[in-house]
Amino acid sequence: MTQTRAVVSVVGKDQVGIIAKVTGVLAEHKFNVLDINQTILQDFFTMMMLIDVKDSNKITELEKDLNKVSEELALEINIQREEIFQAMHRI
Amino acid sequence: MNNMNIAFSEMQETIRMVQMESLDIRTVTMGINLRDCIDRDAKTMMDNVYQKITSYAEQLTTVAEETANSYGIPIINKRISITPAAELLGNATTEEAVQFAKTLDKAAEDLGVDFIGGYSALVHKGISKGDQTLLDALPEALSTTDRVCGSISVATTRTGINMDAVKQMGEIIKKSAELTSEQNGIACAKLVVFSNPVEDNPFMAGAFHGAGESEAVINVGVSGPGVVLNALKKHPDADLGEVADVIKKTAFKITRAGELLGRVVADRLNLPFGIMDLSLAPTNAMNDSVAEILEEIGLERVGTHGTIAALALMNDAVKKGGAMASSYVGGLSGAFIPVSEDNGMIRGIMDDSLSLDKLEAMTCVCSVGLDMIAVTGDVTPSALSAMIADEAAIGMINKKTTAVRVIPVPGKNEGDVVEFGGLLGRAPVMGVNAYSSDKLVNRGGRIPAPLQSLIN
Repeated sequence: MTQTRAVVSVVGKDQVGIIAKVTGVLAEHKFNVLDINQTILQDFFTMMMLIDVKDSNKITELEKDLNKVSEELALEINIQREEIFQAMHRI
Repeated sequence: MNNMNIAFSEMQETIRMVQMESLDIRTVTMGINLRDCIDRDAKTMMDNVYQKITSYAEQLTTVAEETANSYGIPIINKRISITPAAELLGNATTEEAVQFAKTLDKAAEDLGVDFIGGYSALVHKGISKGDQTLLDALPEALSTTDRVCGSISVATTRTGINMDAVKQMGEIIKKSAELTSEQNGIACAKLVVFSNPVEDNPFMAGAFHGAGESEAVINVGVSGPGVVLNALKKHPDADLGEVADVIKKTAFKITRAGELLGRVVADRLNLPFGIMDLSLAPTNAMNDSVAEILEEIGLERVGTHGTIAALALMNDAVKKGGAMASSYVGGLSGAFIPVSEDNGMIRGIMDDSLSLDKLEAMTCVCSVGLDMIAVTGDVTPSALSAMIADEAAIGMINKKTTAVRVIPVPGKNEGDVVEFGGLLGRAPVMGVNAYSSDKLVNRGGRIPAPLQSLIN
């Protein structure tokens, strides 16, 4: 079976503890982080993580917990299947 | 594929397109053939139709929402298109035809889809018994339902223009507006008059499931004027060749996203994937405007000299980028210029830059036609018919789809602004030419099909 990966993106106002909170949730749900990148873009904290999705059924639960972090820290957090980026940026 | 790692800047671009520039899949439309529902008994036929639609499309909204969620790109509308209803109404009475529309409305409501298209008749050459029943039922059908959309084909390049049907359409539009005068003639927003309609259009109000289509199919319409606009803003000094290139690249990306999601939805519903419609469809969201793209290319206001040139460039570039991105491009594929749904168009009219005549000229170089235009409530049916005839002639001669979706707003005068609500937006009311076209319209008959050679 091919590896399924997803991109977790976090955008919002920079503050203490963003990475810790988000990766904490990922660890709780046993999602492995393959790559991580973080920058400040137009005054916004922007982080993108590539995660390994072994069981796509677990994504819904992960989303629920990430939504809590999203509300708590007032951040925009999204999970997207990696294929969408392949489709848009590769011929 | 998985070996080709995506750069973070590319991920950022996609995320920005969705979150800041209104990239979305405008519609996933399920086409359903209803011919096997035909029965001599109208009640039985309507039961069959309701059953078939609600069972085929039972999972449509759920699957579309799940897919949108997992890929992080919103699918705004879930819709259904059906076999042109007139083909089922050969034995029906006008009352039964109205009841048929209500059945469709009920099915759409129960499924949670916002529009169901295909309350349609193809009368570009002649009008059959079922067609006439549908035409007679149209004003009441559209004014007593919320989600049913109708379309009538009155002309094609191969048959010419059926002016008898055109005459009727002017009267039907006028009557539909009057029956919904409380809501600014909203029934007309759900009715399109076509020249050269396509059988696989996923967009409303003109979607129907054509005779050459399969049992059921998934067609997808993407959108993204905001994405194109933002891409162009990064190249203020580019020459027009480079402008076309920027639009092509952007259209490519938008289309690929749409095709991926469309295929996943089709796959999960176990249906064939039909086509991608590449149309740039504006909304009233901030910066999600086709007019603003034209202004970004270099017009102070849409409607001024140069509008047609800029639109031609843009429309062609969108098609080129999209055609490269998907093997199955279809539908209307181009740019839509609905007035009420495009803040830039509305401003153009308010600022006296954009006129009805210019809008008409614009339809020569883009899909689709005079779209979501509010005209004064006192317009005569024959003026509406003549407007349809003009637009049909443009489509017929240029071998392209054109359409008319105008709303003669009861009791409103030139300069008033009317609200239609939701995706349909708001529109300034435009005046029409004060001189009569009665004689032309009343002559009846058909305008013969044009020569396909000697084409200057």
